[in-house]
Formats: sequence, structure tokens, C-alpha cells
Amino acid sequence: MLGDMSNAIAEPGQDPAVLVRGLRKSYQGHQAVDGIDLDISRGEVLALLGPNGAGKTTTVEILAGQRGRDAGTVEVLGQDPASGGRGRAGRGWRSRIGIVAQSAGTVPELTVTELVRHIAGFYPRPRDPAEVIGLTGLTEKKDARIGLLSGGQARRLDVALAVVGRPELLFLDEPTTGFDPKARRQFWDLIRQLSEDGTTILLTTHYLDEAEALASRIAVIKAGRVVAQGAPAELGGRTQGSATVGWDGPGGRRAERTAAPTRLVLELTREFGGEIPGLTVTRPALEDVYLELIGDSER
Amino acid sequence: MTEITAEPAMRAAAAGGPQALPAAWRAAAARGGTELRVFFRDRSTVGFIVALPAILLVLLASIFGSQRAAGGSGVTIGQLYTAGLIAGGIAATSFQYLGISVAIERESGILRRLSATPMPHVAYFAGKVLQVLVCAIAETALLLAVGVAFYHVSLPSQPGRWLTFAWVFLLGTAACAVAGIAVSSLPKRSAGAAPLISLLLTVLEFISGVFVVPLTSVPKPLRDVAAVFPLTWLAQGMRSVFLPAAAVHLEPAGSWEHPLIALVLLAWIAGGLAVCARMFRWQPRS
Repeated sequence: MLGDMSNAIAEPGQDPAVLVRGLRKSYQGHQAVDGIDLDISRGEVLALLGPNGAGKTTTVEILAGQRGRDAGTVEVLGQDPASGGRGRAGRGWRSRIGIVAQSAGTVPELTVTELVRHIAGFYPRPRDPAEVIGLTGLTEKKDARIGLLSGGQARRLDVALAVVGRPELLFLDEPTTGFDPKARRQFWDLIRQLSEDGTTILLTTHYLDEAEALASRIAVIKAGRVVAQGAPAELGGRTQGSATVGWDGPGGRRAERTAAPTRLVLELTREFGGEIPGLTVTRPALEDVYLELIGDSER
Repeated sequence: MTEITAEPAMRAAAAGGPQALPAAWRAAAARGGTELRVFFRDRSTVGFIVALPAILLVLLASIFGSQRAAGGSGVTIGQLYTAGLIAGGIAATSFQYLGISVAIERESGILRRLSATPMPHVAYFAGKVLQVLVCAIAETALLLAVGVAFYHVSLPSQPGRWLTFAWVFLLGTAACAVAGIAVSSLPKRSAGAAPLISLLLTVLEFISGVFVVPLTSVPKPLRDVAAVFPLTWLAQGMRSVFLPAAAVHLEPAGSWEHPLIALVLLAWIAGGLAVCARMFRWQPRS
């Protein structure tokens, strides 16, 4: 099971990329991860969304084989990440995953191309380094010393180093923190491209728009537990819950929250004898659902 | 580095064939090349590490050089300092520079990044060993050049002495290197590694026949402390190579003790490797 030999490429539709049951991890009495269950199918983009300190990074580090766990079952690409010698999975398994960690250093004395090529050399079937540098928008900086890159460029280099090995599963831990809006859009395009190529992606973020733009599924995590999960449009019962109907009544602006918005609009249509002035029908925004989930839901 | 094109790899993957991981020696060679490239690009470090022993030799020999070592052996202070500083320079490279750089790389997350790739972990250490060897050879060559030019050091003509040099150099470098890597894991932060490692080395340099020569002028209790560590044995081995035969009378033991030198250095290598295997961390403590 373990080992450097098992580098077979998974068939699509096989067992899930990630399977987590009852995962727990505490640091000096602080329960960072408190019983997480999570499944990620092959080819899926899952966003782990939650406030700082919710346990996102710990979860990713455990799944990526960089941290031990106290309890629970973890299977990543069919292997327990902690199954190898000294609690680390073997080379074959490591060649199938890519990690953009929050704090992974680079080598300031090397150029972008030198480091990307160096890292590529450890993988059995790497992507072309020049292609990866182009994908991450670093072509202009390919011969620049890494120590001279801006923060955003250094972060893109992190991504280049994580994907140059052609990973089946990519972990992205708050990848766009510190990006300007334009760089974030470019980064999103890159993630979509990787996803289209079949890469399974686990993304942590505390940006709602990022999760909504990229993820096929969102798991909201709070105090080490998954409090909700689902497609972005359906998260927390967004499409099932109440909607707010607004219109300009005779006495000014009116708004009514209702579980049956269609019936209300019909009634209003009759009342006004046609067009309803200033009609709006709104479902709760993802932000409202999210804030409710992580904030007041446990009163 | 070999160019690996994507196409055949893709086809092999589509056919379901497992992809061979690059051989460990290839990864080790890539690590070594990168280590050397980084080291020589960091010019201030290169200058400091490679030239410092030669600078110290000029300083110490200028201050104390008019004296002749006691015992009527005809050995000059400059000769004693040359041999001692070869050992000190090897320790500075393999123990001090290596230990501190590993601690910094752990703190900055380079180690974490490398350990997440399929790089065989042994390749990291092999790369470090290659870098340390090249650096130690450069610095020893410079020191010997200065010693030969100004301080009556003559390069040995007997092949046996060069053989001694080779094994003392290799065992001494290895012993200091594993000690440096082991010590790098001790402090909680890399900021703590530099002072700890530098303090240890400086103390040992004073009591191991590097800064204070001949070794007999160091009080016996301090020499006994030094005898626990590899540096004094490395220095003794270097004296046996580069000093006239009569200099053996200046040795506290009255002989070069080659078997004992080999034994102590090998014990440090074995013990250091055992500690590294158990204690080495790829990530900072959290």
C-alpha cells in the first residue's frame, strides 16, 4: 500500500480523491479540528470556507501529509497521508499532490526558471517549466531573482511550484491573500483552467466571492467543525428559505419576507392591476447565509 | 537536469503504466548543484566562509609569529596555526554554516516545500554534503597557499600523509556536519540557532588547538572537555599531516593517536546520524 512504487494514475469515477471521517486535532488543549467529515470527488473544486482560526489550515496540513492527527480516518488518493515512515506518505503519493501552503519559503538567490526547473526535476511526469511560468503570469520575471519578486509574484511562484509536478490533487491554503483585484481574477482563471484539466482542488479561503466563483461545493467550517456544505447556490438552504419581496406602495417603499414569494407577487399584480412599481425579489446573499452560519447559528 | 517532455509521459499515463520516479542519485545531484549555485551567488557568505581562516592565520601569526614553539622542535607558530585553522575552517563550514543554514531553511519553509515534493529526503542531505565539501576544500586550499607562502608550511611529499589528510578531512567534515544538522533542530527558532552554534564553536576553537597553540598551553581540564568533541581530534589529525615529524613532541599525548582520531570521529558520525534520524524536523516547531 505504502510506498514509492504505487504511482498508478487513477481512473476517473474511481473512489473519492479525499475521504475524511471524524478528524480531530488539538494543540495544547485547544481543539483545532473537532470531528470533521469531508468527501471530495475526483475533479471537484471544494472550498473550505471559514473565519481565521476555524481549523482550515490544520485540516489541509493533515490531508497533505504535513501534520499528524489525533483521531479519525483520512484517505487521500487512496492512501493514509500518515502511513509512511515517520508518519509521512511515500514519494509516489507525494508526486500526485501539490500544495500551496500559507508559509513555504523559496530561495531568494535563484531565478524563477531555475527554481521551477529544479522542483520539476523531482516529479515523474512534470509539466513544462516554461509553460507553468507562463500559466502563472511570470514570463516577464522568468530570469529575475526570486528575492526581487513582489508579494503577489512570489505567491504566483508558489502556485507554479505546486502545479509543475502535474498533481492530481491540489491544496490551496488561502492562495490569494494579499492579491490586488486584478491578480485575483487572473488567479481564478488559472484555477478554472487547472480544474478543466481534471485537477481535483481543495481551496481554503475566507473570501466569499472566491468560494462562490471557483467552487463546485462549499464546506463552511467553524471552530473545527463543518457546519454546512453544499453547492454555492444552495448553501444553507438559500433556494429553499424565505425571499424578500420589495415594491413601491402608495405609502412608500414596502418589503415583505415570505416563504411564498410567487403568491405574494401574484397578489400584488392583482392589486396593482398589472405592473408592480419597483418590484424586487431577493434571496439571501451567500454572505448573509455565511454570517448566519458562522456567527449567530449557535445561540 | 534532463528535459522531460510531457507527451510521452501523458501517453504512458493514458496507458495506465506507472511513472518511474527520478532516481535518488539524480535528485541528490540536482540538490547538490542547486546548493552550490545558491552558495556561490551569496557572495558575502562565500567571502566570509572561504577567506576567514586565511585572514585569521595572517592575524594570529602576525601577533604571535615571532615566537617559536617550546620543546626545541623547530616548529613555528605559523605552522601550528595553519594546521589548527584548517580544522577550525572545516568546523566553521560544516558545523556552523551548515547548522545555521538548515535552521534558516526550516524557519523560512524551504524544508517544508522540499519535503512536500517527491524528492527523496536523503537527497537534501546529500546536496548539503556536496556543498560543504566543495566549500571546505576551497577554504583549506586558500589557507594552505597562505601558509606555504608566508609561514614555513611545506606540503607533505609522502603519499601516506596525503592519505591521512584525506581520511581526517572526510571524517572530520562528516562528524561536524551531522553535529551541525543535529544542533540545528534544538533551538525553537532559527534566530536561536546562530548564537548557540557560534558560541559552541568559539569555545571549542579556544580549547581545541585552533586559536591557542600549541595545545599544551591549554590547561588540562579544558583539554579534557575538548576531547569529547570532534574539533580537537580533527586539529590533531591536521597537525600530523602538515607539521614536521618532530612536532609530535608538542602533543599532550606524545603521539598522533591516529586510531583514536578515527574512532572518535566515527563515533560522532554514528551518534549524529542517529540523532538526526530521530530529531530532524522539516517544519518549525509549532
